[in-house]
Amino acid sequence: MSLTDDNNQRRPRRAPLSEKAWPLAKTSMLTLGSISVTLLGLLFITFIIGRVMPIDPVLAIVGERASQSTYDAVYQQLGLDKPLLVQFLYYLWDVLHLDFGTSLLNARPVSEDIARVFPATLELATLGIIFGVVLGVPLGVLAAVRKGSWIDQVARVLALVGYSMPIFWLGLMGLLVFYGILGWVGGPGRVGIFYVDVVPSVTGLILVDALLDGNWAVFKDAFSHIILPASLLGYFSLAYISRMTRSFMLEQLSAEYITTARVKGMSEWDVIWKHAFKNIRVQLITVIALSYANLLEGSVLTEIIFSWPGIGSYITTALLSADMNAVLGGTVVVGLIFILLNIFSDLLYKVFDPRAK
Amino acid sequence: MMSTLLDVQNLWVKFPTRNGVFDAVRGVSFTLGRERLGIVGESGSGKSMTGRAILRLIRPPGIVEADQISLEGVDLMNLSEKDMRAVRGQRISMVMQDPKFSLNPVMTIGDQIIEAYRLHSSASKSEAYNKSLEMLEAVSIRDAERVMRAYPHEMSGGMGQRIMIAMMLIPNPEILIADEPTSALDVSVQRQVLDIMDKLVKERGMGLIFISHDLNLVADFCDRVLIMYAGRVVEVCDANKLHEAKHPYTRGLLNSLPRLDAPRDRLEVLERDPEWSEAPSVSGRI
Repeated sequence: MSLTDDNNQRRPRRAPLSEKAWPLAKTSMLTLGSISVTLLGLLFITFIIGRVMPIDPVLAIVGERASQSTYDAVYQQLGLDKPLLVQFLYYLWDVLHLDFGTSLLNARPVSEDIARVFPATLELATLGIIFGVVLGVPLGVLAAVRKGSWIDQVARVLALVGYSMPIFWLGLMGLLVFYGILGWVGGPGRVGIFYVDVVPSVTGLILVDALLDGNWAVFKDAFSHIILPASLLGYFSLAYISRMTRSFMLEQLSAEYITTARVKGMSEWDVIWKHAFKNIRVQLITVIALSYANLLEGSVLTEIIFSWPGIGSYITTALLSADMNAVLGGTVVVGLIFILLNIFSDLLYKVFDPRAK
Repeated sequence: MMSTLLDVQNLWVKFPTRNGVFDAVRGVSFTLGRERLGIVGESGSGKSMTGRAILRLIRPPGIVEADQISLEGVDLMNLSEKDMRAVRGQRISMVMQDPKFSLNPVMTIGDQIIEAYRLHSSASKSEAYNKSLEMLEAVSIRDAERVMRAYPHEMSGGMGQRIMIAMMLIPNPEILIADEPTSALDVSVQRQVLDIMDKLVKERGMGLIFISHDLNLVADFCDRVLIMYAGRVVEVCDANKLHEAKHPYTRGLLNSLPRLDAPRDRLEVLERDPEWSEAPSVSGRI
């Protein structure tokens, strides 16, 4: 019997370029297809919600005392006389052109409003998730490696507090202590009153805009305002991320390839980071992407407590004043973020896990 | 008998549990020269634990105690963890049961072999790469360059285990512990893997500890056999004199196997005597 019987995969035949490009094109097309279908479903649901709400969009525009002819004119102008399917197609067309209609509250296009409030949330959420990942992942790894030790207990208590403490209470206490008493951080809002609109808005992210402008005073002020809410959000994602990291790591550390690495004579540090950690990246990406999506959705309570003009407080205000265009516009944006983050984490899977190729 | 490579005296492996201490290995002693030593026993007899204890790989809360585990005169029990790391891989290495689990699924095979080599040598990456190719060819892997770039899930079990052998032998250790190296493989490829391992171990004049539950395989493949029962060595004998074994457990094991040359209608059922787990080895102190 030959020693290489099961080595029957010979050197692969060189495929012509078109044959190699085809799978890639196919994957991209499938991905695009699934994005479109999901997006279509999302738009359909928001459209239906907009139609079943007991709010008359015409009345909202023309007011209670408008004449019947004005009412009818606007009714037709909005296309409400058309069949529902046609209305949906109109809606689709508008959304594709980033037209979410006009806000009833301030008579500005909703898309402009979103372009203004979303960067505020993006800035807060990004800083929060960085905080959560940078501290949460090592904490989780350490808790798994030293399972049952004091550091594991500390991580457990930290996570438990993070899960169970209401954010509005922590937020208020944080403001009271660090702003009110110690004066270490800036108060509510994105920047102090003297720094409002000082730097030109390029990205909408004040920290980035201040850097682009080279204005350190604004950067420092904005940073002192964002640090407290960002740490709070970061703490909540840390609680989740560290727990998940711990359980992923425990699973990997008991795997046989870890013994192999030790048999090779590898140091414990390398065993943990070069072998075990490489194997949890895929799962970790999902957890981080989900946490990030949650933060980007706008944490309403945090934004309200810190008077943060983000998308969470924008949608909430719109909802409370029955500003349906704004609510739907905000919902579509949040849904889109979820879809994009999911696709992004799917793509990262393929980078980190050879089995997913 | 050849010079002694490894001398294990009175090895205990203990696991504290809620209901007291569980002794997985209870006072095992043996020596290993440049030979093939088989350790046979049923599941839970402590044979794998013995292999891992030699490398000091029993993780807490497990405890290893021994009068000595000396490798060419140096007692491994007294080494610091750092010195022990220099022993692992470079002087004593181990091949485990199932390559599906013992290779890291997200690293290429090349990276894993190169890593094993470079941990104990100052070779450059390209030197290590060439050495790894050579080693893969030594375990009869064709198209080694492609295999270096491949991931473990792209390999069959037999190839995986040959890769494992290549990886564990590349730093040129003196002792290889093979812990059920063929149990997860198809019968048809078991022999190939064993032949390759045997050839390499002989060429390099290494000592081999071959842990298995397969009595026939061990009798066939090894020079000497230790029979373990309930954490103790109950008998030691030369592999070719296994049929003359005296211990009732060994005899029971042998009689419960079907034989082509002496077919029987009913095979004997192994009867375990509780006294065996306390009685001393029938081969006396070794």
